[in-house]
Amino acid sequence: MKRRKLDLAALPAKSAEEVDARLTVATPLRRLLNKVFPDHWSFLLGEIALYSFIVLLLSGTYLALFFDPSMEEVVYDGAYSPLRGIGMSRAFESALELSFEVRGGLFMRQMHHWAALLFMAAIVVHMFRVFFTGAFRKPRELNWIIGSLLFWIGFLAGFTGYGLPDDALSGTGLRIAHAIMLSIPVIGSWVASSFFGGEFPGTVIVPRMYIAHVLLIPGVLLGLISAHMGLLVKQKHTQWPGPGRTNDNVVGVRMFPGFAAKAGGFFMIVFAVIALMAGLFQINPIWIFGPYQAATVSSASQPDWYVMFLDGSTRLMPPWEIRLFGYTLPPLFWPTVALPGVLTMLPLLYPFIEARFLKDNQAHHLLQRPRDVPTRTALGAMAVAFWAVLTLSGGNDVIAEQFHISLNAMTWAGRIGLIVVPPLAYYIAYRVCLALQQHDREVLAHGVETGIIKRLPDGGFVEIHQPLAPLDAHGHPEPLEYLGAPVPKKMNRLGALLPTVRGFFYPIEKPAPPVRLDQPSEAPVSPAPARSEITTGS
Amino acid sequence: MSWKLGRRRRAVRPDDAVPAFTPPGRWRRRLEATVRLIAALTIVGGLYAALAPGVSQAEDTPPLSADAVQGKQLYETTCISCHGPNAQGVENRGPSLIGAGSAAVEFQVGTGRMPMARQEAQAQKKPPHYSWEQAAQIGAYIQELGGGPTLPKGQKLRATDEKAISRGGELYRINCSACHGFGLGGGALSSGKYAPSLNDASDREIYAAMLTGPQNMPVFGDAQLTPEEKLAVIGYIQSLKANKDPGGFGMKRFGPVSEGLMIFLVGMVALVFATLWIAGKS
Repeated sequence: MKRRKLDLAALPAKSAEEVDARLTVATPLRRLLNKVFPDHWSFLLGEIALYSFIVLLLSGTYLALFFDPSMEEVVYDGAYSPLRGIGMSRAFESALELSFEVRGGLFMRQMHHWAALLFMAAIVVHMFRVFFTGAFRKPRELNWIIGSLLFWIGFLAGFTGYGLPDDALSGTGLRIAHAIMLSIPVIGSWVASSFFGGEFPGTVIVPRMYIAHVLLIPGVLLGLISAHMGLLVKQKHTQWPGPGRTNDNVVGVRMFPGFAAKAGGFFMIVFAVIALMAGLFQINPIWIFGPYQAATVSSASQPDWYVMFLDGSTRLMPPWEIRLFGYTLPPLFWPTVALPGVLTMLPLLYPFIEARFLKDNQAHHLLQRPRDVPTRTALGAMAVAFWAVLTLSGGNDVIAEQFHISLNAMTWAGRIGLIVVPPLAYYIAYRVCLALQQHDREVLAHGVETGIIKRLPDGGFVEIHQPLAPLDAHGHPEPLEYLGAPVPKKMNRLGALLPTVRGFFYPIEKPAPPVRLDQPSEAPVSPAPARSEITTGS
Repeated sequence: MSWKLGRRRRAVRPDDAVPAFTPPGRWRRRLEATVRLIAALTIVGGLYAALAPGVSQAEDTPPLSADAVQGKQLYETTCISCHGPNAQGVENRGPSLIGAGSAAVEFQVGTGRMPMARQEAQAQKKPPHYSWEQAAQIGAYIQELGGGPTLPKGQKLRATDEKAISRGGELYRINCSACHGFGLGGGALSSGKYAPSLNDASDREIYAAMLTGPQNMPVFGDAQLTPEEKLAVIGYIQSLKANKDPGGFGMKRFGPVSEGLMIFLVGMVALVFATLWIAGKS
């Protein structure tokens, strides 16, 4: 029998061929690997959320191995001595064990919590990017809706996780959730008692939240994220307008190898930032909060930052109680049920509202610069200002205490600010957009400022501009159309001067030699004319 | 039953063998009235002098101790402008200190809250004007003047055994954390009032605060928290301060507000720079 020689060089191709012969994946895989990603930093913001979600799954699995969501009453006798001999639930006890006795447990807990905060932060920042650049327009409305839902499902994931350890802070949060459920007209008490299995707090809520937190909500998140990514591949990326970029193509790097390398590296960076934060900054120290008792409500009991705007709206709401047909509509209903309802529906419908207003039924694959759509940018600024006032009001007691401001003054500042600041933000954003546009148009009409000042015979000074367009027969630059793309505003962008040295912290290429006027430089700047010496003339 | 004020007139019985009553002369009546008035005044004045405190016995008041004499001098240099002579208080300026006790004085003066810089929502902690010894002297004066709660002796007023500390933690979370916070950082109250941070409070300060309820704090008298429980609470507070945060930098233990700030200032900022860096590599 003849021994076949193993050809190492042909091995990858050979095995790939064998795989494809069985699974026929070559064609779809080639399509996927050739998917083009635009090369702009703002496209990476959503990836931060994706990668923190992976960290959440990994760290959460580790925590689930040790956490026991039981409301059984136990007396603590673990490693943390200031709580020894205190009665608590088994859930809180196992969370303490995780923190102090399980190897790496505290680090994992902190990693899970920081990743959760980062997940939500990245979702919000990514959403800003999509909104302000008009990436949500037809045909991507559905993906915008899925993204908005991802925020709210992430919100629920965060809240159920916050409530699990049964410490005093999570119990206080649950108490508020219970009150919010009770405030719903007509069905409130049924909703609350079915969630809690009777009166607050009962013994079923923690196990129920646990199964929601580790199975149901992550399942929904995973499904929505898959749909989000699938739609992204199907509909392709949007891109910034620029040379060679049209509504029908995508310019960028291919998935493999360029983008895969970048994305893999970026995943490592996100992982590292979360791990660094988990190792350096303490988060949610449940041993300080102690076990939940209904009588224990600390000052500065806040939810995590992405829930804080609802805490703020509750703090700002005046105590207006409405009684109708024998039912009471408590003031809590408006800031915690009605407001989130509006805040869910309005963003979901925004793409359709905008298309309706602009009578725009076209498919858009090119992004818009925020300055070119001042109304949308201003509306977005208004929404951000509204949210920022609410979030700051959610922490108004800490701000009042740290900056020696009266808490009542903070509350009133929030109430007035909620009405005054958003329209102000609208106006300022709108004017800034117009001003930026105006500057672009000015450069298109007159050219780039050269920094060369010319003195006129009458003694006045003018700056010489370098026109962007070729000159016509009369020596005037031809008019350029405003296209909503970046306009060069510095001479080195025109090649008139040497380009800026590339590199992030240190130059990655050799800096250009200093320009010497007596020698022809690389840049097409004519040397200064020789000047005759000014003399008295005698 | 009805009372009749004024002299009851004697009924005149005509068949009595009493000689006819001759009304006294005008001058005699005046003389009698004067004598009666003087007698009544003497009796009332004498009774008052005998029963009212501190009038006739002025010389019986025990003399102030040496500390209290010093304290009185200090008191009359600064405190008197608001709390008035003899610590009786000045309306709309400062309350009477009768019954405040030396514990309150030691706390207020020793932490610099008194003398106040100005009238405001509440006296702020600041570098003390008087040393602890001087505060104790003023305290002695107020104590001897009007009595009140006093602090136990010694600097280390805290429980140190593990059981007491965990009991103290339970008491702290129920009684104190509502204002001072889980992490001892303090908290805001209404209208510019606040519960201060406990991070640099000494045993004696915390004990005195619980005992006397300074500013907006409720009094935790010995019936609410026994002296042992007070020592336990202080033991918990001091052990929490001494314990390092096992999870890293604690961000002053303010909870979700500082954590939310951190995820944007550190996490998001770092990662946005990372996106700029990565996107620039092509």
